[in-house]
Amino acid sequence: MELYASTIHELQDKIRNGDVTSTDIVQSVFSRIDAVEEKVHAYITLMRQSALEEANIADQRIRAGEIKALTGIPIALKDIYCTQGVRTTCGSRILEHFVPPYDATVVVKLREAGAIFTGKTNMDEFAMGSSTETSYYGVTRNPWDLERIPGGSSGGSAAAVAADECIAALGSDTGGSIRQPAALCGVVGMKPTYGRVSRFGLVAFASSLDQIGPFTKDVEDCAILMNVIAGHDPRESTSVPVDVPDYRDYLNRGVDGWTVGIPREYFVGGIDPEVRAAVEQAIKTVEGLGAKCREISLPHTDYCVAVYYIIAPAEASSNLARYDGVKYGFRAAECRDLLDMYKKTRSAGFGAEVKRRIMLGTYALSSGYYDAYYKKASQVRGLIKRDFDEALKDCDVILTPTTTTPAFKVGEKMDDPIGMYLSDIFTISANLAGIPGISLPCGYSHKGLPIGMQFVAGHFEEGKLLQISSAYERHAQIEKRRPNL
Amino acid sequence: MKITREEVAYVAHLARLEFSEAEEELFTGQLNDILLYMDKLNEVDTAGVEPLSHAISLSNAFREDRVQESLSQDLSLANAPDPRGEFFRVPKVIE
Repeated sequence: MELYASTIHELQDKIRNGDVTSTDIVQSVFSRIDAVEEKVHAYITLMRQSALEEANIADQRIRAGEIKALTGIPIALKDIYCTQGVRTTCGSRILEHFVPPYDATVVVKLREAGAIFTGKTNMDEFAMGSSTETSYYGVTRNPWDLERIPGGSSGGSAAAVAADECIAALGSDTGGSIRQPAALCGVVGMKPTYGRVSRFGLVAFASSLDQIGPFTKDVEDCAILMNVIAGHDPRESTSVPVDVPDYRDYLNRGVDGWTVGIPREYFVGGIDPEVRAAVEQAIKTVEGLGAKCREISLPHTDYCVAVYYIIAPAEASSNLARYDGVKYGFRAAECRDLLDMYKKTRSAGFGAEVKRRIMLGTYALSSGYYDAYYKKASQVRGLIKRDFDEALKDCDVILTPTTTTPAFKVGEKMDDPIGMYLSDIFTISANLAGIPGISLPCGYSHKGLPIGMQFVAGHFEEGKLLQISSAYERHAQIEKRRPNL
Repeated sequence: MKITREEVAYVAHLARLEFSEAEEELFTGQLNDILLYMDKLNEVDTAGVEPLSHAISLSNAFREDRVQESLSQDLSLANAPDPRGEFFRVPKVIE
C-alpha cells in the first residue's frame, strides 16, 4: 500500500520501527496531490515547501527518539483557521490577501504534537453552504464521482482525506459542516461538544454553534486527533475547563448492555431508500454488538432547520460586520466617502450566499422583527435541547442517518436555497443542543457513493461516540473501497 | 409578502450592502420563500420558554488584569488596505 493511503496510527508504527521517514510520507502525499488535485480541487493553498522542511526537522527528532502524537504526519487545515504567515481566505474574496499575524490554538496544538501541514483546504465562503460550491476559489469535487459535490462547508478537508491528499484533516461544524461532508465522502468526521475545542483563531461564522473537529480515515485516528486538539484555552472564553480523557482508552471496549436511541422523526419521508436501508442494517449490526436499540422521539426535530437559519444568520450578520475594508482584507477602489466605501467593499467582497445570510440575519435582528424571529427561534432552540436532555437520560447514544441522500450533483441545489438548507436536516440539531456528534461510513449506494451514519451523545461524551464507533467499525466490516481517481 | 423590495433595500443599507435592481428582485423572492418557511415556528407553543443563546452555560471567564504581550504596531497594520504611518486610513469622514 502507498504511504499516502495509510492512517495516522499505521504511519506512527512504521515511523517508530524506522521503516519510513517523515520525508517519505510527505513526499508520498505530495505525489498523490500532484496526481489528483487537478480533478478534485480540495485545496486553496498548498504548503509544499514548508511541509518538506518540517519533514526534515521531524526526521531529525525521530532519529533523536523524540516522537510525539503526530510527529511527521501530514495534516490538512480548513482555510478557516488563522495560520501565521500563510494566507487564510475563508473561501472569500474579501480575505483573498489576508495573512494572519498569529496561529489559531488548534494550529499551535497540532504543531506542538509534531504535525506537518500540507495546506489550506477549500470551503464554502465563510462556511456558509453545504456543498463547497459557494467558495470564491472554485468548486471542490467529490472524489467518488467528480460530477458530484463533496458536501460542505468543510468539503475540501473531507475530499482531501477521501482522495488521500493528506493523512487527516481538520474542519469546522456549525450546522453539520464536518459530519455531512464526511458522510458524503466516506470518511470519519467528528463535531465535538461546544466548548471542547478552542475556537481562538477560527474565523467566526455563528459563535454559539461553531466547533472544530477532525476528518480521518478511521475511528482510531479520530481519537488520536481529539487527544491533541481538545482542552481548555484561557484565550477563548467559551472554551470549557473540563478534563480531557485519553480518547484512545475508549477504543475496542465494546458496547454490551448499552441502550441506543433511534429517533423516529429521522426516518420519515424524504430519506433516500438506500440510505434508509444502510442505516437500518447498521442498527442490526449495533444490536449484534449487545446493545439494545430502542425507538425514541425528539419531537421538535422538524423545527431545527428553521431555528438554525434564523440563529446562524443573525450571529453571522453581527460577526461579518468586521469586514469593512479598514483594518484588513479587500477594499473597493474609487469610493465617494466612508459609507460608500463600506457598501462597495462588502458588496464586491462577499458572494451571493453570504449576502443572503447577512440580509436574513440583519432582518431577523432588526427593530420590530426581533421577537418574531430571533427570540422565537431561541425559545424553540431551548425546546430542542430539552428533547435531547430527556432522550439521553435513558440512552447512551442516539443513532441517525447523517444525511437524507448520498452526494448530489454539482449545481443541483445552487438556485434553491431552502433545498440546500434542508441537506443539513439531520446534523443541525447537535449544534443547537451543543452536543457532540460523529459520522462514519455505513455502506454504499448502487452507484458506489458512500453513505454515512451519525451517533450523538450528551455533553462531553465524545468518548462514548468513539467507543460505539470503534465497535461498529470493527464488526460491521464495511468494505474498504477507495475512490477511483 | 413577508418582505417587500423597499424593505430589502432598507435592510441592505443597515447591513452596508448594495444591490443591482436584478439582485434586489432575486433576493426579495428568495428571502420571502425563506421567511415563509420560518412560519413553521409559529406552530410551536413557546409561552414561558426561556430563550437559549448558548447550549453550555458558563459564567464570565475573567483573568487577572495584567499587561501581556500583544501584536506589534507593524503586524497590526500589515494587512490594512491603506495604512499610513501609525494609522488605518479611510476616506474623508468630516467635510
